[in-house]
Amino acid sequence: MDDQTRIVNQACQRVGNDRLRLMDILLDVQRELRCIDHRSIAQIAQQLNCARIEVEEVASFYSFFSSPRKGDIAIRLCDDIVDRFQGMPAIARAFEQQLGIRMGETSADGTFSLDWTPCIGLSDQAPAALINDTPVTRLTPQRVVEIIAELRHHGDPAKLNTAAGEGNNAHPQIAVEVHNQIRHRGAVLLNDAPADAGLDVALTLNSDAILQRIEDSQLRGRGGAGFPTGRKWRTAANTIAEQRYIFCNADEGEPGTFKDRVLLTEHAELMIEGMTIAALAVGAAHGIIYLRGEYSYLKQHLESVLSQRRQQHRLGCSIGGRPGFDFDIRLQLGAGAYMCGEESALISSCEGQRGEPKTRPPFTAERGYLGYPSVVDNVETFCCAARILTRGAAWFRGFGTAASAGTKLFSICGDCDRPGIYELPFGVTVDELLIAAGARDPAAVLVGGPSGELISQTAFERRICFEDLSTAGAVVVFNDRRNILEIVEYYMAFFVEESCGYCTPCRVGNVFLHERISKVRQGLASPQDLAYLQELGDTIAKTSRCGLGQTSPNPILSSLQNFPLVYSALVKERDDGWQAGFDIQRALEESRRLAKRRSFIYDPSYSDSTNSDKEAPA
Amino acid sequence: MAEQHKKRIATASLAGCFGCHMSLLDIDERILDLIELVEFDRSPLNDLKRFTRRCDIGLIEGGCCNEENVHTLRDFRSNCDVLVAIGQCAVMGGLPVMRNAIMHSDDPLKECFDEAYIDSPYLYNPSHQIPNDPALPLILDKVYTCVDVVRVDYQIPGCPPSGDTLWQTLVALINNRPADLPYELIKYD
Ligand SMILES: Cc1cc2nc3c(=O)[nH]c(=O)nc-3n(C[C@H](O)[C@H](O)[C@H](O)COP(=O)(O)O)c2cc1C
Ligand code: SF4
Ligand code: SF4
Ligand code: FES
Repeated sequence: MDDQTRIVNQACQRVGNDRLRLMDILLDVQRELRCIDHRSIAQIAQQLNCARIEVEEVASFYSFFSSPRKGDIAIRLCDDIVDRFQGMPAIARAFEQQLGIRMGETSADGTFSLDWTPCIGLSDQAPAALINDTPVTRLTPQRVVEIIAELRHHGDPAKLNTAAGEGNNAHPQIAVEVHNQIRHRGAVLLNDAPADAGLDVALTLNSDAILQRIEDSQLRGRGGAGFPTGRKWRTAANTIAEQRYIFCNADEGEPGTFKDRVLLTEHAELMIEGMTIAALAVGAAHGIIYLRGEYSYLKQHLESVLSQRRQQHRLGCSIGGRPGFDFDIRLQLGAGAYMCGEESALISSCEGQRGEPKTRPPFTAERGYLGYPSVVDNVETFCCAARILTRGAAWFRGFGTAASAGTKLFSICGDCDRPGIYELPFGVTVDELLIAAGARDPAAVLVGGPSGELISQTAFERRICFEDLSTAGAVVVFNDRRNILEIVEYYMAFFVEESCGYCTPCRVGNVFLHERISKVRQGLASPQDLAYLQELGDTIAKTSRCGLGQTSPNPILSSLQNFPLVYSALVKERDDGWQAGFDIQRALEESRRLAKRRSFIYDPSYSDSTNSDKEAPA
Repeated sequence: MAEQHKKRIATASLAGCFGCHMSLLDIDERILDLIELVEFDRSPLNDLKRFTRRCDIGLIEGGCCNEENVHTLRDFRSNCDVLVAIGQCAVMGGLPVMRNAIMHSDDPLKECFDEAYIDSPYLYNPSHQIPNDPALPLILDKVYTCVDVVRVDYQIPGCPPSGDTLWQTLVALINNRPADLPYELIKYD
């Protein structure tokens, strides 16, 4: 048996040849063989006793899986506009020079590969990159030189000589140069509270009483959509089924969002406590934490917290001595797909499928993982739930606004002096956030990431809460020297790349939007192009199948609305009605070369005038 | 006060199959009414090759696949108050635009020519030459729709739009009304 066969077989055996665990198999194969080629795919299919296409369609979906071989050391640079504005182009050039390869390439000896990847959740310490699983932050060209020299020397990204960040980032199980940058601790999440006090309260209550407390607290989901958590839990509890599942959404893919990273680093216990309370409330025996592949450096730490809790009988059988309360959690790593943050796509991924959303209804709380009622909640939501059980619903409602109870974690990045994490009550204004973060000459703020809203100065007094501007955490600041359309164009490229491709409006429409916005940027657009952007954007928002497509035109739609002058300065209507974007000379270049002759109409020397179009009858 | 002139109409077929023009003739005996209402300027229907005066309405069939199409279309834009793209080819590129799908090739235009004149199994071309008479207009790098090249006021879908559709469009434009086409006339599935 050759090495490849052995490695693939081992990867399959490690999960007991379980078809549902295809993600883990593929992650293992990719890690060890640095690619998933056709042979591996066939071999996996054989081991799992499924069709080859089932394996291939999953392997081809996730950006961390590749069919060409990646380097033993795979370097992924964040290509987000935030990093670009903080000097990423120079960093990319430094990597290219040091490695002698271009972006997207693998070195001839197979040691290094260099790729772009969207936001890796380190936006407050940009420019940032992942070297295999190891994050490196605040890169400078000089630092790149040192990193490559060191890697050439010992070959192990985990051994890179880095100054570990504060708090648990320095924990031996994590030990990375990531910084929490917690700038403001609010009352609910980022303070020290007695461990498991919430679970202890929950253990004295019946399911209905727990649900009642969560409902009374008016807690709404922190992952973006703001769905009432109590109602979701109640639906799952009330749906008659043999099993129920709890999912923690730690995919944190929205560019500019990095608050879950900090919770996972510093408050994993609290999050798991919340999941355990949810399990007790809805009657679930199994939980899954879906951790984005970019955060796999946190895996070991999370695993150890889980096993510690098993030892303390806070996970496993008869939790807290309560007979019949059995609940355990496993970790599922993702593999670089923004789509998988969407709850039903997350479940598809956990089922060993492509990360495509499911058709709704039925909703995941009724029929989710394997058809069983499944509660999917954000990391921060579970943390809030645990605190609510400790301190009570009324206490929680004491923070925030009428329809947005509690505090919220904001991850602020971009052009400001104090980027990082701020826990503040809902209802805080954008202005207040900007002052706290030391924003300099802010001209635009992207609230809620690219699927949120790009606002201008006139809207800085708006409040962040579900009633007004909502965000899962991302607040990206751009100063008055940034090109608004460059920002918009980047985020449209992001959606083009991340669309799962299932439905046409999103798969095709976003490509057209991206093309058209490039045209506007180049100054080749006419007013009709703006009407086109608005109309197509509205259509995509209205007709897409899932939240990704429904929000994907937002960078364009919100900038059209909030920055009309930026657009009107760039579009021109020619008096003659000809399109400025059409360049006849360029359109003819190829043809002249092939025909080896010039144009009778458009080449001056052929006709006796300079350009016959110019003297067309007026 | 000068008598209001009859509306002047010009038409052209660019990269189209003349099907849209045939459809225009499909208004049957209503063509007699049309003649009462309008006068035709540059058009293949009367074989006028140049504009004699400025026109009120220009109808364009087909998109742009060569330089002459561009020249004609720009000429129409410059000489017509209202420009109407009729038919799938004018609006979206139609069948000709399929050649734009050869975009991942290093040499797309060459590949297109080779397929059309050299490699196709259904070909009789004993000289194995790609036509290159100096009288032939140069082909564009890809097919462009009418709106890619000039501002267009109305686009009428269909391959071809039916005689009724074109008739109702013309009647509306002649009477300075918005062309409000009933659903059945623009529903294609
Ligand atoms: C494209 C897309 C990406 C998403 N990404 C995330 C994510 O990374 N983390 C998250 O918690 N929710 C994400 N969501 C929202 C989830 O679908 C879901 O609403 C959320 O996990 C529910 O938890 P909550 O009620 O606690 O917010 C995403 C939604 C969409 C449409
Ligand atoms: S909207 Fe986009 S991401 Fe969602 S299902 Fe359709 S193609 Fe996939
Ligand atoms: S739209 Fe149809 S009928 Fe009209 S020119 Fe094109 S192919 Fe011919
Ligand atoms: S890590 Fe680069 S923007 Fe988030």
